[in-house]
Amino acid sequence: MSILIDRDFKFIIQGITGREAVNMTRECLDYGSQVVAGVTPGRKGRDVYGVPVFDTVKQITEQMSVDGSVVTVPAAFAYDAVLEAIDAGIQLIVVVTERIPRADVAQLIELARMRGARIIGPNCLGIISPGKGKMGGIGGTAIDTKKAYASGYVGVMSRSGGMTTEICNTLTAYGLGQSTAISIGGDPIIGSTYAELLPLFEADPETKALVVYSEPGGPMDSQLAEYVKNTNSSLPIVAFMAGRFMDEMPGMRFGHAGTIVEGKRDTAIEKIRLLEEAGIKVAENISEIPNLVKSAIKANRKG
Amino acid sequence: MFIKVRITPGTISGRDLVKKLVEVCPVDIFAEDEGDLLIVEENQDECTLCNLCIEAAPEGAVQIIKLYED
Amino acid sequence: MRFYEHEAKSLLKLHGLPVPEGKVAKTDSEVEEISREITGPVVIKSQVLSGGRMKAGGIKFADTPSEAKVAASTILGLQIRGQLPQSLLVERKIATVNEYYLGVTYDAIAKSPIILFSDMGGIDIEEVANTYPQHLARTHLSNIEPFSDYKAKEIISSLGLTGSDLMKLTSILVKLVTLFRRYDLTLAEINPLGKLSTGELVSLDCHVDMEDESTSRQLALLNELSIPATEVRQGRPATDFEVRGMEVDSIDPRGVAGRVVEFDGNIGLVIGAGGGSLTLFDAIRNHGGQAANYCEIGGNPSVRKAYELTKLILNKPGVAKIAVMMNVVSNTRVDIMARGVIKAVVDEGHDPAEKIAIFRIPGSWESEGFKILTKYGVDFVDRSVSLDEAALRAVNKVKAK
Repeated sequence: MSILIDRDFKFIIQGITGREAVNMTRECLDYGSQVVAGVTPGRKGRDVYGVPVFDTVKQITEQMSVDGSVVTVPAAFAYDAVLEAIDAGIQLIVVVTERIPRADVAQLIELARMRGARIIGPNCLGIISPGKGKMGGIGGTAIDTKKAYASGYVGVMSRSGGMTTEICNTLTAYGLGQSTAISIGGDPIIGSTYAELLPLFEADPETKALVVYSEPGGPMDSQLAEYVKNTNSSLPIVAFMAGRFMDEMPGMRFGHAGTIVEGKRDTAIEKIRLLEEAGIKVAENISEIPNLVKSAIKANRKG
Repeated sequence: MFIKVRITPGTISGRDLVKKLVEVCPVDIFAEDEGDLLIVEENQDECTLCNLCIEAAPEGAVQIIKLYED
Repeated sequence: MRFYEHEAKSLLKLHGLPVPEGKVAKTDSEVEEISREITGPVVIKSQVLSGGRMKAGGIKFADTPSEAKVAASTILGLQIRGQLPQSLLVERKIATVNEYYLGVTYDAIAKSPIILFSDMGGIDIEEVANTYPQHLARTHLSNIEPFSDYKAKEIISSLGLTGSDLMKLTSILVKLVTLFRRYDLTLAEINPLGKLSTGELVSLDCHVDMEDESTSRQLALLNELSIPATEVRQGRPATDFEVRGMEVDSIDPRGVAGRVVEFDGNIGLVIGAGGGSLTLFDAIRNHGGQAANYCEIGGNPSVRKAYELTKLILNKPGVAKIAVMMNVVSNTRVDIMARGVIKAVVDEGHDPAEKIAIFRIPGSWESEGFKILTKYGVDFVDRSVSLDEAALRAVNKVKAK
């Protein structure tokens, strides 16, 4: 099984005629995903690799059922595009766009919540359920994606899109396939945090372990640690914390918009402490992850 | 240093074809000079190997040579 | 974008929030002059972007203009976390009978703004939260519903305040929240807000951070406050090397090749993407390597950008070799990176086989990239070699030299 997307999942791409979006459309189609339509205002009637283009989201939802949307439009138009998707009743919205002001993002998330929709991102590469489909640029071309991702029973969540692929590639090389891998986005405020996605992985009968990639900055790791402690979650989790050097450089932003140490709580060392306290193993480097996953699953079975 | 774009002499004629080549190249390797096709030397290494110019021109007219291949 | 204190105070003043009488100075004689105008004891405050000024000796009091001049010359030469002051703020010294804390920021878990209020101002708010939680009140704001005065009144009165204190504090807090929202701030904090013996309130110190992503839509305010919108204001001002890195990244809009941070080691790093750079920088340090820089490559940058970035790093004094490493890439192209990096190395008169300690970028268009690397004799590895191992090899090669 997988979470969020599977073989039958149908989605649209907002901003489909943009340069990167055209590539993404091709990659998703080649990988076997069901990209059913796209939106670029003023371009109705065109097609991108056979995918019909419309002027508005509503034009699409009025004539076909749509499960999700990937928003790829430039930052200046992203707020409107996400509002449009929410208003059209789309349930899963992956926001790829970077540099959307957080006041706008926070508002979109609050509205999505009220309407029962879920946002992944912003500033993410999307979701992949290996062998079933991918939603977004995650993994790149179908050929590259197949090299790095294989289907299996490890769930992956990562603040970094590139490291999602690096980690899955390492898991795949060790014979550990993935159920679903999610690039959750590197912004300070994102639609779905680790702790908010964890219950979906817990409910998935085929996900047996979880790998989490994290960075200094923000409270999402402590939220995860707290959730695991409070709910006695039994899904084994292995974490990796990059950017430990940042602890000595408060106030400096590295990597992602949300990756900045402003207080003790934001440091790698404090986050590692909290994660370990919750029983989450923290790997020193990426190559250790597969063995930690294997032993965590073994220990879980015994327990 | 890495990519050389070669035009077979006499194969590219007419404004439309020149314009088309200028238009299809995503990295501006081609330019037009009073109806003639120019190769922008310093942009050749930006070539993304997309083959759009090869497809837009008559067969054999445009060649993309990878200088790193012997 | 972090504001210097004097800029943050100008912003408060512009919106009718009370700040002490004061002026900005660049030299000790200007401080003396301002101090004379103020007549009476003054406080001289180092304008740096980092915290901890008081502890570091960056804030001094003076009773006379000549004392102020002496204090100013000390502060002007004082580095705080590696930063010399941008300027000095000279203000009338104010005696308070009570101090408050007022702050608005984002809560990434609730995904909405949070207001914090304390009747124990002047100390770190985290310390208040940990040690005196009964002196801290907080409330979240909706991102959609309007904000109104009653909400501010509720939070202030929840700590037992009433009478004119309540009314005055409410008015200040409402203004602070309005500023926060109108100007895309990510932090608006007055700490402490001092209460004088007359009952009047004054913002003695404040912190303002504006969202980097929003500076382009807040140009009017930035202009009004004479803040250069393009200036990068993080924990410290950008160095020349870092500014040149930003220039490289803005050559064209294709992809990212820049976000350079200066360090003083001998291994030049041409690395990416966001998370990959963090992972690799850690790995270099773990293996005892000394990085000359941090940087980020992402998306699909042009050959020219990769070229200029490599050149910048290559020419940094003290760089012995460069290491070119990224996580498995899906949109960055291996061949494009190889072209840009090799071209820079050759143009600067080096042998790529010798100057590039390691090239580890597997992924998109790798077979094409590996052909180029082979031709120039560059030591490259594929995805079977981990980021950590690649970093170790780079460190060892630079050490062996």
